[in-house]
Amino acid sequence: MASVDDYVARIEGTCGEEKDVIVIFKYDKKDEAITRIRQKAQLKNTIAGIIFELTFRDISFRVYASGKAIFRSIKNKEELYSILAALLL
Amino acid sequence: MDPYRIREDFPILKRKINGNPLIYFDNAATTQKPRQVIEAIKDFYENHNGNVHRAVHTLSLEATELYEKARENIARFINARDSAEIVFVRGTTEAINLVAYSWGMGNLEKGDEVLMSLMEHHSNIVPWDIVSKIKGFTVKYAKVHDDGTLDYADFESKFTSKTKIACLSQVSNVSGVVNDVKRIAKVAHDHGTLMLVDGAQSVPHMKVDVRDADIDFLAFSGHKMLGPTGIGVLYGKKELLEKMNPFQGGGEMIKEVAFRQDKERCDISWNDPPWKFEAGTPNICGGIALNAAVKYLEQIGMDEVLKHERMLTKYALEKMQTCCNRVAVYGPSELTSKCGIIPFTVDGLSSHDVALFCDNYGIMIRSGFHCAQPLHQVFKLQSSARASFYIYNTREEVDRFIEVLKEIERL
Repeated sequence: MASVDDYVARIEGTCGEEKDVIVIFKYDKKDEAITRIRQKAQLKNTIAGIIFELTFRDISFRVYASGKAIFRSIKNKEELYSILAALLL
Repeated sequence: MDPYRIREDFPILKRKINGNPLIYFDNAATTQKPRQVIEAIKDFYENHNGNVHRAVHTLSLEATELYEKARENIARFINARDSAEIVFVRGTTEAINLVAYSWGMGNLEKGDEVLMSLMEHHSNIVPWDIVSKIKGFTVKYAKVHDDGTLDYADFESKFTSKTKIACLSQVSNVSGVVNDVKRIAKVAHDHGTLMLVDGAQSVPHMKVDVRDADIDFLAFSGHKMLGPTGIGVLYGKKELLEKMNPFQGGGEMIKEVAFRQDKERCDISWNDPPWKFEAGTPNICGGIALNAAVKYLEQIGMDEVLKHERMLTKYALEKMQTCCNRVAVYGPSELTSKCGIIPFTVDGLSSHDVALFCDNYGIMIRSGFHCAQPLHQVFKLQSSARASFYIYNTREEVDRFIEVLKEIERL
């Protein structure tokens, strides 16, 4: 059975007061992950087809074609995993 | 100096990131390595690998010769009086921890004061804070002006008869501000106070002369000056190092460990500096590779290194201020008081967004607090993006960076 960890290589909590969280997708799964996320989240804006500004469950985030996503205002790891599971699985 | 010629020595600069040529602007965090340093590492492990000191076989003697020659050359590089004043450590952080624990534990008591500035890297703040909680002394912080420059009047006014050591970075890792450590060292010594300089962002970029500035301790990292990670230097005046207790215990740092049957314990005598502070097998290859890095920089000339970085900084600052509408740059406007580090923000975007966007185009910059949260409080910033330059960066790379910043402004 697929899990979030099948798609995610690493999660980095950023340094700074914004407390952004950066999700780095596994290299060989990044395209699939981005496709799945784009199918479920609402696209608000895109730049040159490489940066996607999206919202899902009132949480805004950006996905980069390089295979990284940046989430804001995430309370904790459980909340992030719950959102990723809903987006990816 | 010719950065285009220099670039040929750096294999990694041929990489493409997300289909774009790699532009490496995160040099304040770590620098890339030239072939000469990579070859020095390869040569050591292929031809000379042995443990240093206390062995008589050929490989050990060769390794010892290379390791101690590196120490001598690095001593000359910063104009130390004696190679015994060069202690190899893991990096700047370990060097400052060594002084805080070894000198601080032995010399600081309740009522004493340690003086530093609000622009310090956490690696200069935290070790002193930890030891202060053990020994009960006070850490005082001098102010920084709104443009990131040191408030010299405030720093100098905070020296008292209780101040035992002043700790100051020579170059801020956030703003690139260059501090006059010679001036502060003079004031410190007039008050009978020692002077520790965090040279992590200065030694790789400019000529640092410990005797001219009369610095008591200088800490710097190899990986920020073309060397490998895991190697750095603590310079300390010999007479100070001789009086200090060891930082860690183990092999190499002792002269003798003699078991006394009558007392049921070991009588231990310390080795001389610098080995007294190098417990266990040191990073032999790291020291040798750092020497290769120093030789590489010396061939270019440290004045040329600084000149090139200031040229790029001036060029980038002008472009950022004229071509971008939502970009705010922090730090002093006077170029002579700063190095090749530019902190900035893009209105409406987090620094991490900016860094991720740049990464998408193959441009590596830093985002966050850069381990200097107090200075971000001075700038009233939640975090910042930071571009930092080195010898292999070019004006064309700055042009590309500006193009990408303009793209970011469309977000």
